[in-house]
Amino acid sequence: MKNKSLVSINDYSVEEILYILKLASYFEKNPIQPLMQDKVIASLFFEPSTRTRLSFETAMGRLGAKIIGFTDSSSSSTTKGESIKDTIRMVSNYADLIVMRHSLEGSVRYASEQSSVPVINAGDGANQHPTQTLLDLYSIQKTQGRLDNLKIFLVGDLKYGRTVHSLLIALSLFNPEFYFVAPEELSLPKEYKLFLQRKGITFYEDVEMNNLDKADILYMTRVQKERFSDPMEYERVKNAYVLRNSMLNKTKDNMRVLHPLPRVNEIDTDVDSNPKAYYFQQAENGVYTRMAIISAIMGLSLT
Amino acid sequence: MSQHKMQVSAIENGTVIDHIPVKSLFDVILILGLDNIENQITFGANLDSKKQGKKGIIKVSDKYFENDEINKIALVAPHAKLNIIEDYFVAEKRDVIIPDIVTGIVKCFNPKCVTNHEAIVTRFKVENKEVLALKCHYCEKITTRDELLVI
Repeated sequence: MKNKSLVSINDYSVEEILYILKLASYFEKNPIQPLMQDKVIASLFFEPSTRTRLSFETAMGRLGAKIIGFTDSSSSSTTKGESIKDTIRMVSNYADLIVMRHSLEGSVRYASEQSSVPVINAGDGANQHPTQTLLDLYSIQKTQGRLDNLKIFLVGDLKYGRTVHSLLIALSLFNPEFYFVAPEELSLPKEYKLFLQRKGITFYEDVEMNNLDKADILYMTRVQKERFSDPMEYERVKNAYVLRNSMLNKTKDNMRVLHPLPRVNEIDTDVDSNPKAYYFQQAENGVYTRMAIISAIMGLSLT
Repeated sequence: MSQHKMQVSAIENGTVIDHIPVKSLFDVILILGLDNIENQITFGANLDSKKQGKKGIIKVSDKYFENDEINKIALVAPHAKLNIIEDYFVAEKRDVIIPDIVTGIVKCFNPKCVTNHEAIVTRFKVENKEVLALKCHYCEKITTRDELLVI
């Protein structure tokens, strides 16, 4: 993993994924690790993303690294018409590692080929967001004590949600059973169903949240009005994808509710105080997971 | 030689690319860069074909293609047949084979793909050769035959 860019979750083997999760658990127990005091990390957010950036910069800060970069492309030379290639060529001469987010799909793969230092993908359009996938896996492993043979409910926008797609591909390494809950217009694309069929993974589809008592993990995502071609259809279905505290009554004790955040109204605030609500800890886990990813790529030896 | 009239006149030496789908004729010309070479070229479109109804044909004098080069046209003309001509006779017949990796010929159909915004040579892994499916090395999206555009 040392010096290897992380662009897509497909870049990591099962062993590499499990190694990152092990490291993340080490950092959770020992969060202050100034292992990178002589290192500079470039945080290049061509597209703004508050949560991801704060999480990454916290991880970098806890590792003691100096951070350079920009928080959106209006404060970078992109507005002057500089190409991704030129920006990356320059910055990779300054920094030991690049963390990059960009709205264009494939931009981070391209950057990783132009850079002389490793690049971590912090989201490239609708394509990949591998550090989110790894922190989701860490949260699942931490709350369930394992990753294999779990019943995973994925709810909401399953058509456009890249988080869902990457998580589905990563979890398919661990023999899951999937329950997809989405409005017809936002159901899981055919290519992913074919992928699961080829791998022999069982999945069920529903348009409402039924059978929640089966779930080990309930992964909620936002259903955005803009995604519907017919706004009337959105009004008709929107309430079916809102999780309320009363719906958790008959769920298993080990069941946890995850959400990549930001949440809008798909999880009612009355769920927040339920011990099964896990989305804020999930965000915290993101810091440890990103510390793990950065240190694995930098080849840091832990004390 | 038989004296019946050929639809596109014969060449003495060179390559004949036969059985090109009519709609792909100009794509084949572009892919092989035939618009930029000095050789004598004749081509025909909408010719009668026993196999495919109408076809296109290209004859390039004094030019022989490497396999790597000619296989590029398999994306748009998978059933094209190559005749290598020496002294007016067919010296060799060849089929075209779809390559495993396609670089710089096809445009990624995803408008949000970085290759459509910066000067980047496209690159695809051929995931399926029967029902053509090209997976973009950059944005990881699939381009199919219907969506295929030659750069």
